[in-house]
Amino acid sequence: MSNQKTNAVRTQAGYAGENQVAQSGDTGRRDKLSLLDPKLVTPALIESFKKLAPQIQWRNPVMFVVYIGSILTTILFIQALGGNGEASAGFIGAISLWLWFTVLFANFAEALAEGRSKAQAESLRSTKKNVVAKKLSGPSKSASRQIESSADLRKGDYVLVEAGDVIPADGEVVEGVASVDESAITGESAPVIRESGGDFTAVTGGTRVLSDWIVVRVSVNPGEAFLDRMIAMVEGAKRQKTPNEIALTILLVALTIVFLVVTVTLLPFSAYSVEVAKAGVPISITALIALLVCLIPTTIGALLSAIGVAGMSRMMQANVIATSGRAVEAAGDVDVLLLDKTGTITLGNRQASAFIPAPGVSEKELADAAQLASLSDETPEGRSIVVLAKQKFAIRARELSEHNAHFVAFTAQTRMSGVDYDGRQIRKGAIDAIKKHVIAIGGSFPDAVGKAADEVSRRGSTPLLVSDGERVLGVIELKDIVKGGIKERFAELRAMGIKTVMITGDNPLTAAAIAAEAGVDDFLAEAKPEDKLALIRNHQAEGRLVAMTGDGTNDAPALAQADVAVAMNTGTQAAKEAGNMVDLDSNPTKLIEIVEIGKQMLMTRGSLTTFSVANDIAKYFAIIPAAFASTYPQLNALNVMGLNSPSSAILSAVIFNAIIIVFLIPLALKGVKYRAQGAAQLLRTNLLIYGLGGIIVPFVGIKVIDLLLVALHLT
Amino acid sequence: MTTDAILQLALFLGVLFVLAWPLGAYIAHIIRGEPKGEQTGPIRLLAPIERVFYKLAGVDASEETGWKSYAIGLLVFNLVGVVLTYALQRLQGYLPLNPQGFGAVSPDLAFNTAISFATNTNWQSYTPETTMSYLTQMLQLTVHNFFSAATGLVVVVALIRGFARKSAGSVGNVWADITRTTLYILLPLSVVFALVFVGQGAIQNFKPYQDVHTVQATTYQQPKLDKVGNAIKDAKGNPMLEDVTTQTQTLAMGPVASQEAIKMLGTNGGGFFNANSAHPYENPTPLTNFLQMLAIFLIPTALVFAFGRMVGDWRQGVAVLAAMTLIFVVAYGVCVWAEQAGNPALVSAGADSAINMEGKETRFGITASALFATITTAASCGAVNAMHDSFTPLGGLVPMGLIQLGEVVFGGVGSGLYGMLVYAILAVFIAGLMVGRTPEYLGKKIEIFEMKMTAIAILVTPILVLACTGIAVMLTAGKAGVANPGAHGFSEIFYAFSSAANNNGSAFAGLSANTPFYNSLLAVAMWFGRFGVIVPVLAMAGSLAAKKRLNVTAGTLPTHGPLFVVLLIGSVMLVGALNYIPGLALGPIVEHLQMIAH
Repeated sequence: MSNQKTNAVRTQAGYAGENQVAQSGDTGRRDKLSLLDPKLVTPALIESFKKLAPQIQWRNPVMFVVYIGSILTTILFIQALGGNGEASAGFIGAISLWLWFTVLFANFAEALAEGRSKAQAESLRSTKKNVVAKKLSGPSKSASRQIESSADLRKGDYVLVEAGDVIPADGEVVEGVASVDESAITGESAPVIRESGGDFTAVTGGTRVLSDWIVVRVSVNPGEAFLDRMIAMVEGAKRQKTPNEIALTILLVALTIVFLVVTVTLLPFSAYSVEVAKAGVPISITALIALLVCLIPTTIGALLSAIGVAGMSRMMQANVIATSGRAVEAAGDVDVLLLDKTGTITLGNRQASAFIPAPGVSEKELADAAQLASLSDETPEGRSIVVLAKQKFAIRARELSEHNAHFVAFTAQTRMSGVDYDGRQIRKGAIDAIKKHVIAIGGSFPDAVGKAADEVSRRGSTPLLVSDGERVLGVIELKDIVKGGIKERFAELRAMGIKTVMITGDNPLTAAAIAAEAGVDDFLAEAKPEDKLALIRNHQAEGRLVAMTGDGTNDAPALAQADVAVAMNTGTQAAKEAGNMVDLDSNPTKLIEIVEIGKQMLMTRGSLTTFSVANDIAKYFAIIPAAFASTYPQLNALNVMGLNSPSSAILSAVIFNAIIIVFLIPLALKGVKYRAQGAAQLLRTNLLIYGLGGIIVPFVGIKVIDLLLVALHLT
Repeated sequence: MTTDAILQLALFLGVLFVLAWPLGAYIAHIIRGEPKGEQTGPIRLLAPIERVFYKLAGVDASEETGWKSYAIGLLVFNLVGVVLTYALQRLQGYLPLNPQGFGAVSPDLAFNTAISFATNTNWQSYTPETTMSYLTQMLQLTVHNFFSAATGLVVVVALIRGFARKSAGSVGNVWADITRTTLYILLPLSVVFALVFVGQGAIQNFKPYQDVHTVQATTYQQPKLDKVGNAIKDAKGNPMLEDVTTQTQTLAMGPVASQEAIKMLGTNGGGFFNANSAHPYENPTPLTNFLQMLAIFLIPTALVFAFGRMVGDWRQGVAVLAAMTLIFVVAYGVCVWAEQAGNPALVSAGADSAINMEGKETRFGITASALFATITTAASCGAVNAMHDSFTPLGGLVPMGLIQLGEVVFGGVGSGLYGMLVYAILAVFIAGLMVGRTPEYLGKKIEIFEMKMTAIAILVTPILVLACTGIAVMLTAGKAGVANPGAHGFSEIFYAFSSAANNNGSAFAGLSANTPFYNSLLAVAMWFGRFGVIVPVLAMAGSLAAKKRLNVTAGTLPTHGPLFVVLLIGSVMLVGALNYIPGLALGPIVEHLQMIAH
């Protein structure tokens, strides 16, 4: 029974967690630091300057070009100060200054994203302190013990953890059962049960045992613990560019090369034009560098790395630890979600919903017997029977001690429970168990009850039979309760093109009924672990990407096979190692959120790239007439923004290019708004906002900056 | 646009689509003959010829290879073609079918011409009727018209297979593909078109040139040329002119119709005569003019339909075609409007109307000339029936702009579609991200390798155009060839390198390009503009073929609707605009602004 109980605690906690996430939206619950919290901004500002080192700049090819441009214009500025510059020192100096700002703003965006992640890592690290461990010489509480620091524990050591102790390292429970407070890593205050054997053996270092004791076999060496890996991931120390990020970088580098060629060749073009038009002077190097920096995709180049860090960070806020950025990316691509019925689609426990009496038995009689049989049953199912009898017939729970009552507990052998009192022998249990029981003591099994039980199964509920002595009294219908709001979530997923498959151990009849009620697209009934694996392989062979959650050791092969595999933190070590993400809340519904975060990260990249490239049109209109004004004054017809002077036009474009980075930092960190829509609609919306917006915004922005420059007499 | 212009366009597109649809089905059928190559229908009569070629070459047509062998085969095939064409031009004086007794072509010109025809560019720095013998025209130039078109065809065939196949290690057999596309697609169509051209009055003979006595003595001015054929300039840099009076006209002859058919069908564009399709022996009647325009777009359009069929969703082809058609229609509208509006300076100089008839055949007028110019530059044909150099600034910007878009608006045979598919990959890469998935096109994930190849394919031609133009305007040798002073001179150089690197072949012919400098630099632009794109495209074909094909869901970016069409047009236009706006601003745009300012 205890196993079932743990299950209930787990799923209730998980469900509560989910609600909380749904309400609090993006903000998460461990770190409530606002986007521009001074605690983050100040170090990020300092970091922006530290990142000016060439070896750091070199890693971002687009910004490296700006960096070189800044250095070149600085040299030109110094030359102009000496009196023989190609343009006025004030103009070159202003361009140079804003190019440096562009580099700094990009650094700042990255530093801010990293700072947020580090803050999250810090709060994780605070849970990880050296504690005193009671090291045992063998896998038993009675073995001899010695006191050691947790830092000295090695893989394979055994430790005893008693009520009030902090678990010194990740490991598996080999003996005992205890309630554990895992709020330090999950943020969830409800304690969870950890025990030896079964699927709830894994414990995490840094969490605290509240009651009882357990013997834990340490499963990792110092520095390799789950928490250590998480911190390393989050801090970005191990952050490698994801495949899609690399592909996008290639595109950005290609664009940069094109614009490099465009601007470099503009020098001879301009010189030739001056020669044939016999007017004006060739374009200045400063103007060319300004044009180059404005054209290359600096906006996305500056924010790309921040978007990646922020994606990991959002996963963290959802209390999910991804083992790689690649996994976060893959989450956006998922086509099929495999969801376990229990805990994900339905509440972990079933509830009594009806009493169906046998012929010749009143409903009240059945309810009364059912309540008596369930009095000592502390499982949620048992309690729900007591409650239902009370609601329907006002039968109150009775004190049975004076009746010489003897409670019969559930065992795996009898698969029944009940009570013996006043000579009555009341039992409740599965159909075949009760059938065997009444026939064994000389009773008969009425066909009508068998039919009623079948009927209950067909509805997707579980029938429980009640007997009094050799009489079968009837059927209790235990209904699976589908989680509130889950149907709508599945409808959203369907709109996004994601297929949901429910996995259950129930028979096909029951499964079909629940599947219909929950609104999943498909189900796999009487599922064995190997069926799950086969299902994943089938979907993958048809070209789909599959995501699943799992917690048991027998889930490990399927987790390893799935493209996105979320292991529950309460799950076994094997499950956690097979998956590529771990959900600290152990909430299987989280999978949906994970998919959304993955998609959001990709969308942010795509949208900002589109925005960045679309900006170039306005910049051409600002700089081209300005750059060739002295040779071909007619080109001023292209000065559609009516910018004040050639130098204010070029300067305004450069300033806009720098400032837009700062304006877009919040968007890069928070991600673009995600809507559960089909691809076509999403594209239309985002093209309109970031494509069309990207064309229009700079026209307005550059004009406004130009007006300000004029008003402030800065040109 | 005038009613006339709209009617011509509607008729042209209507007939084009009606003919291209069944041809697309036929092409798909031929290509699907893989790997055994069993053909059905009347075409099987040609199958014995196919087998003979394989036997002679010792090729096993059923043996497919990966992209590397495919690309190497194609490169070797074209290099051998270049060497043979070079040799034949140098040796034509010793060979038969040379009634005019032309001597060896100069080394730099022979080099330029060999590359030009092998790369489907057909840039002609020379006057054919005073340079090339009939044998050279037939054996090398016409043959290359077939093989360069076949080269483009097999590349797109390999790319389509890359999309259509699942987890495959091979993209096809290059020798079988070249043989089949030539034998079953290019040859039969050329025979049909050549016969119609002959029927309409295009000439087809081996006669020596005919001298005729004209009724009227003609006096005309021609630029004074020096020994190498360059215009002699006066102190101000303007070309010096001399008066010539004559009553004798020499009519050039030759096997024209047979070359004419493949010149159009293969989007080659190299004229038998210098006047190209403005010459009455090449393009005798309005009907042949219509058929020539049709022939240019026929195979590129049919290939788009074939693409849809082969990837199993005809809408995919239609979407690509819709993007091409929309760009084309708008370009034509601008061109015909600009030519009709003409030059206001003409009226102030006393003309009845401003419309721009300079450099146009009166037989064709504004609309048919503008339509031809738009078609020949949208496709990488380069045949002309009017002087693009004489178009108004904006009218001339249209052909130059279409070339600079990378010849993807219908484009060359094969090259248009593979170029457009590269843009499609670029479009889905960014758009795919915007819908929250790592990008995919036609069920194939677009990953690091594809992005690298796409980047190379899109980078090569703009870099060649801009860098070569930059070199030309810096060097005396480059500046020497310019006939027109001012911004138009820049436009001429810019057009030349755009045309060469994008394998179009038409010209703003005011540029005297038959100099060692231009011949060599243009040849370099043509070769790398062609194979610098083909090799990455084949690499992509190989990598795509090896991928599994993903299922389409509601979350997949749809690539067949109007939204995708807009996106595709956007990508093509944006890349083109970002690359070329500064250059265009210093050429045609400032020319236009100067013209209207007067």
